[in-house]
Amino acid sequence: MTSNLFRQILQRPTGVLCAALLAVLYLIAIFAAVISPYAPSDQNLAKTYHPPTGLVWHDGRLCVRVYKLVDPTEALYRAEPDRLAPVHFWAKSAPYKLWGFIPMEHRLFGVDSAERIYLLGSDSTGRDVFSRLLYGSQVSLSIGLIGIFITTVIGVTVGGLSGYFGGPLDNVTMRLTELLMAVPDLYLIIALRAALSAYFDSGQIFLLIVGILSFIGWSGTARVIRGLTLSLRNRPFIHAAEALGQTPFVILWKHLFPNLLGYLIVTSTLSIPGYILGEAALSFLGIGIQEPSTSWGLMLSQAQDMKVFMLNFWWLLTPGLAIFVTVILFNALGDVLRDIVDPKLKTQV
Amino acid sequence: MTDTPLIKVEHLKVYFPITSGVLQRKSGEVRAVDDVSFEILRGKTVGLVGESGSGKTTIGRALIRLIEPTDGHIFYKGEEITRLSAKEFRPYRKKIQIIFQDPYNSLNPRLTIADIVGEALEIHFPRMTRLQRRSRVADLLAKVGLKPEHLDRYPHEFSGGQRQRIGIARALAVEPEFIVCDEPVSALDVSVQAQIVNLLQDLQEELGLTYLFIAHDLAVVEHISDFVLVMNRGKIVEAATAEEIYTHPQDDYTRKLLDAVPKL
Repeated sequence: MTSNLFRQILQRPTGVLCAALLAVLYLIAIFAAVISPYAPSDQNLAKTYHPPTGLVWHDGRLCVRVYKLVDPTEALYRAEPDRLAPVHFWAKSAPYKLWGFIPMEHRLFGVDSAERIYLLGSDSTGRDVFSRLLYGSQVSLSIGLIGIFITTVIGVTVGGLSGYFGGPLDNVTMRLTELLMAVPDLYLIIALRAALSAYFDSGQIFLLIVGILSFIGWSGTARVIRGLTLSLRNRPFIHAAEALGQTPFVILWKHLFPNLLGYLIVTSTLSIPGYILGEAALSFLGIGIQEPSTSWGLMLSQAQDMKVFMLNFWWLLTPGLAIFVTVILFNALGDVLRDIVDPKLKTQV
Repeated sequence: MTDTPLIKVEHLKVYFPITSGVLQRKSGEVRAVDDVSFEILRGKTVGLVGESGSGKTTIGRALIRLIEPTDGHIFYKGEEITRLSAKEFRPYRKKIQIIFQDPYNSLNPRLTIADIVGEALEIHFPRMTRLQRRSRVADLLAKVGLKPEHLDRYPHEFSGGQRQRIGIARALAVEPEFIVCDEPVSALDVSVQAQIVNLLQDLQEELGLTYLFIAHDLAVVEHISDFVLVMNRGKIVEAATAEEIYTHPQDDYTRKLLDAVPKL
C-alpha cells in the first residue's frame, strides 16, 4: 500500500513537485557541511552586515566581486570595479567532520581565504548567512520528522488501546488528552521549557524541544485514532480475529494499524509544519536552539533588530523564507496525499 | 455417539444496559436474549429464525463469547463454558467457530487471503512452518471451491460469494466441531445463496460438523436445518422439526414469518 501510494504521488504534478523539492531540501540538510562554504560559527568582524556578493563570469571562470566598506556606521559596502576573486570548486578548507565522524578538508566551493563569498550576505558578526541557513536546516527539518514519529507512536498506542479496550482506561486517557488540549499550546510550551534548567547544550536542547512539542502534540492524534479504532472495532473482521482467539495486541497491530495507515500518513504530513513552526517560535523567543548552534528560528530572532529593517538588510530574513517554503511544501504534499487516500480514508474497500 | 448434546443452552439471558446522564448511570436495559434454552446434537443443524432485532445474532455471539451473557449457562459436550476466563476459553476457540453475515466487512481489506486464512493456523498450530501453512491454506481453499492462485490476492478482488467461501475456509482452518453460521447467505444473491448453502451441507457431511444456522429467511432454514427455533423479541416462541414448522406452525409469529416467504 505504501509503494502504491508513492506511485500515485508520482502521477500528480503537485505531488511530484512537492516530493522532489522536499527531497532536495532534505539532501541539502544532510550534506549541509559539504555544501556550505563556511562553518556556522566562522566570524569575520571586518565584514559585518555584508550584502550578498555578486557573481560574475570572467575569463572563463566564475568569480565573486570584492567589496569595500565605505561607511561603517551604515554598513555600506561598495563593489570595487576591477577586483574579482575566483570561485574554486571542491576548495580546500579548514578540517571539519561530516556528520560528526567523517574527517573532511574540502567544501563544495569557496574562495581564497583573503576574500569571502557571501551568497546570502553576512550577519552582525560577519558569519555567512547561507552557511548558517544550511546548518540551521538540519535542526528545522529534522525536528518535524522526529517529532511526528514520537507523536504518532504515542498517539497510536494510547488511542488504539483506549479505543479497543474502552472502559476505565478509555476514560482516564481521554480526560488526560482533554486536559492537554484545554491549555493553550504556546503557553504550555513556554511553561514546560521554563520549568526545566535554563541552559542545556545544543544536543540536549534539540531533544528537549522535540520532547516538549511531542508531549503537546500526541493528544490530538490519540483522540482521532481512538475514534477510528472505535468504528473499526465493530467490523466483523475484528470479531473474526477475536473468535479465533487472537490476542488484543496482535489484533491492534495486524488488523487495526494497517487500516489506519492511510490516515496517519496524511495527518503526519500535514502536522510536520506545526513542529517546524514550533521550533521556530521557541528559538525566536530565545528558549529554543541557542548559540553557537543555529536554526531558522534562531536566525530570525537575531534578525529582529531595528537596524535590519532601517538599513534594509533583507538577506537576514531568508530563514523566514525557508520556513515559509518548507511549510507550504509539506502542506501541499499533505493535500495531495489526502486526495489519494480519499475522504473515506479507504478504511472501506 | 453419546447422548450428551454438543451444545446445550440453559436459561441464557443477555441484557444490554441503557445508560444516561453525565455519570452514565444505568437507567434501563435491553433484553436482547431473554431466558432461552435449547440443545444442538452432534452432526445436526439447528436453524434459528426471527426478524431483525429478535436476538438471534446475539445468541450466536454469546456462544462464541464475543458477548458476555448476563445470566444462564452454556454447556459444550456437557462442560460449562459460560464463566471461563479468556485464557480458559482459548481451547474452545479451536472447536467453536463463526461465519459472518457480511462478506465485505468480515475480511481485513489489507491482508491477502493466505494471511487471512493462515491467521487461524498461526494461532492454533504455532509449530507449522510458513510453507506448511501455505499448503494447508491452499487445501482449505480447494475445499470451499477456490483455487490456489487466489492465495495472494486481496479481498476486494473477490465477489460476495467468493468472499463468503473465504470466510468459511477461515472458520474451517482450525478444524472446528461447531460452527455458528450468522446469516451466512443473507447478503448474497439468490443464485449464490444456494451454492453456499450446498457447500455448507457438503462440508457438514464430509467433516461431521454441527451448525447453528441463523437466518431471517424461513425457506433457507427449512432447507438446511434438522430442527428449527423461532425467535421473537428475545424469546423462543416455537421449537420443532423443520417439516413440522413448515406444515403445522403453532405460533402466530411463525405463521406470520411463513406468510412472509415469497411464493412463486
